[in-house]
Amino acid sequence: MMAQIVFYPIIIQLLLAIVLLFCWRWIQWQKIISVAGSFISLGIAIWLFSATWTEGTLVVQSGNWEAPFGISFVSDTFAATLVLLTAISGLAVSVFSVGTILPARLKFGFLPIFHFLLLGLNGAFLTGDIFNLYVWFEIIIISSFVLITLGGEKAQIEGAVKYFTLNIFASIIFLTAIAVLYGLTGSLNMADLALKVAAIENRGLVEVTAILFLIGFGIKAALFPLYFWLPASYHTPPPAVSAIFGGLLTKVGIYALIRVFTLIFVGDSFLENIILVIAGLTLFSGALGALVQNNIAKVFSYLIICHIGYMILGLGLYSEVAIAGAIFYLIHDIIVKTNLFMVSGLIYRIKGTFSMRDLGGLYAKYPLLSLLMIIPLFSLVGIPPLSGFWPKLALITESFNAGNYWLIAALLFATFVTLFVIARIWSEVFWKEGKELPKLQNFRYFERLRVEKKIQIVGPIVFLALISLYIGFGAENVQQVATRVAAELMDSQHYIQAVLGDNTTN
Amino acid sequence: MELILAILIGLLYASGLYMILRRSLVKLIIGLILLGNGANLLIFLLGRITKGLPPIIPGESNVFTSAYADPVPQALILTAIVISFGLQSFAIVLIKRAYKVVKTDDLDQMNSTDQYS
Repeated sequence: MMAQIVFYPIIIQLLLAIVLLFCWRWIQWQKIISVAGSFISLGIAIWLFSATWTEGTLVVQSGNWEAPFGISFVSDTFAATLVLLTAISGLAVSVFSVGTILPARLKFGFLPIFHFLLLGLNGAFLTGDIFNLYVWFEIIIISSFVLITLGGEKAQIEGAVKYFTLNIFASIIFLTAIAVLYGLTGSLNMADLALKVAAIENRGLVEVTAILFLIGFGIKAALFPLYFWLPASYHTPPPAVSAIFGGLLTKVGIYALIRVFTLIFVGDSFLENIILVIAGLTLFSGALGALVQNNIAKVFSYLIICHIGYMILGLGLYSEVAIAGAIFYLIHDIIVKTNLFMVSGLIYRIKGTFSMRDLGGLYAKYPLLSLLMIIPLFSLVGIPPLSGFWPKLALITESFNAGNYWLIAALLFATFVTLFVIARIWSEVFWKEGKELPKLQNFRYFERLRVEKKIQIVGPIVFLALISLYIGFGAENVQQVATRVAAELMDSQHYIQAVLGDNTTN
Repeated sequence: MELILAILIGLLYASGLYMILRRSLVKLIIGLILLGNGANLLIFLLGRITKGLPPIIPGESNVFTSAYADPVPQALILTAIVISFGLQSFAIVLIKRAYKVVKTDDLDQMNSTDQYS
C-alpha cells in the first residue's frame, strides 16, 4: 500500500510528541530525540514528496470509509510541497530551540508541544475534509498558545491575550462557515463539496459562506484589516517560537485560502475582486508598518503581513501563471521568514537587545556571520538572483496582462519599502558604529557560549540560507514544482477525480 | 422549533460579539464562550431538526425508508464542544495569569506590546 505514506508525516510527529512527553524530566534526552526525530520526519517528507511527484496525487480513505462519507487524506503536489517545507523549517527550528531556549522552558514541555504544533501543521496540509481541517487548526492554535505563553513574561502574556482572542474568534467564524456549508450541501469532503457547491442555485448564499471563510482564514493569515494581533504578539515569545510562527502559522491560513478558493468557491469575479483589493491594501499597510518600527522583531512581523499580500494577490488574479507565482513565493517565504526570526535571535544573543537604535557594529565584530545574515535579508527583498526575485517577476507580469496597474503600483511599492527597510537594518545593525551597551545580568552572550551551542545557533541559519540560495539559483526546479501545483489547482477535476474515484456522479 | 432556535442563535452571536467588545477580560472570555455555543447550535440547526427518527435501517431493507436524523452534525458538535472546552479552560487560566502579571483586567491598559519601543 504505497498510498499509506500520506499518514507517515502525521504519525511520526505524533509519536515524537508522545515519546517526548514520556521523557519529561530528561531534558538532554528530549533534545536528542527531537533533533533525531526531525531528521527522520524530513526523510519521510522527502519520500512523500518524491512519491507524489512520480505517482501523482495519493489518497487514503481513513478507516476505509468510501470517499464522501469518511475522512480522506490527500497528498497532491501542493500538500506534499508544504509538508516538505514544514519538515525543513521544523528541523532548523528544532536545532535552534535546543541551542537557545532556556532550560526552565524546556522543563515545562517546550519540545513536546513544538512537535504537537508540527503534527497539526502536517495534518492541516494533508487532510481532504473541511471539518477535519478545523480540528487540525485547533491542534495548531492550542499548541501555539502554549508556546507563546510558556515562560510567562509580562509581554508574552499580554501578546498571548490578543493572539488567543483573535484566533479563537477566527475559529468560531470558520466553524460558522462550515455549519452553513453543511446546511447547503450536506457534505464535508472537500472534493465532494466542490461538486455540490457548483450545483447550488442560490449563489448569494454561497458568496456569503465564501466571505465567512475569507474572514476566518484571513484572520489566521493576517490579511489587511484583520492583522493587528500579529505585530502585537509575534515579537514577544523567544525567537525560536517566533521563527516557527512567522514561517508556518500564517502560511497555513494562506494554504487554506488557496485550497478553498481554488477548489470549492471557484470563478466568482466578485470574490476575486475583493481578494485583489485586500491584497493591495495588505501590501501597502504591512510595508508602511515595517517602515516606522525600531524593534527588529517587530519590523519582521510587519514584513510578514506585507508579504502575505503577494500570495493573496496571486490567488486573486486567478490565472495559472499568477498562482504559480504565489506558490513560488510561498515556498520562498516559509524558508526566509523562519530564517529571519532566527537571525533576529542571533542578533539578540550577540548584543542583548532588539532595538535598532542601540544595535550596531556587528559587521566590524563578526564579518563572516554578518555576510551569512545578509543572505536571508537580501533574499527577502528579491535582489536577483536571490529567491524573492522570480515569483515577483511572475506576479508583476500577470498584473500587467490583467491590466491591473494599481496592483503593480502596490507590488512595486511594497518591494521598494522592503528594500528600504532591509537597507536600514543593514546600516543600523551591521554598519553603524557599535556603542557600549550596559551588560545584562544572567544573560549568556554569544561570544561566551560553548562551541557546541554556537553551532546549534548558527547551523540552522546556514542550513536555511543554503536552501534559500538553492531556491534562488535553482529557480528552474522550484518553478517546475510551482507550475505543476498551479496546474493541479486550476484544474479542480484532477483533485475531485483522485479523491472520489468513480463516484463523481452522485 | 427552527424559528426559536434561529432567534436563540442570533441572540447568542449578538451577545457574544457585544461581550467581546467590552473592555473587561472576564467579559471577553464570556463573549467567546457564548459565540462558541451559538456556532454549535447553528451546526445543529443547519443539519435539519428531525424528531424521533433515529438513523437505523430497518431489517427488511437495504436503504433508509423514511427521513432520518442526520448523525453527522451531532458528531461535529460533540467534537466542537470538546475542543472549545479545552480552549476555554486554557483561556480562564490565561486571564488569571494575565491579571496576576499585568495587574489589570482592563484590555485598554494591556497595550505595552503595541507601543513603539
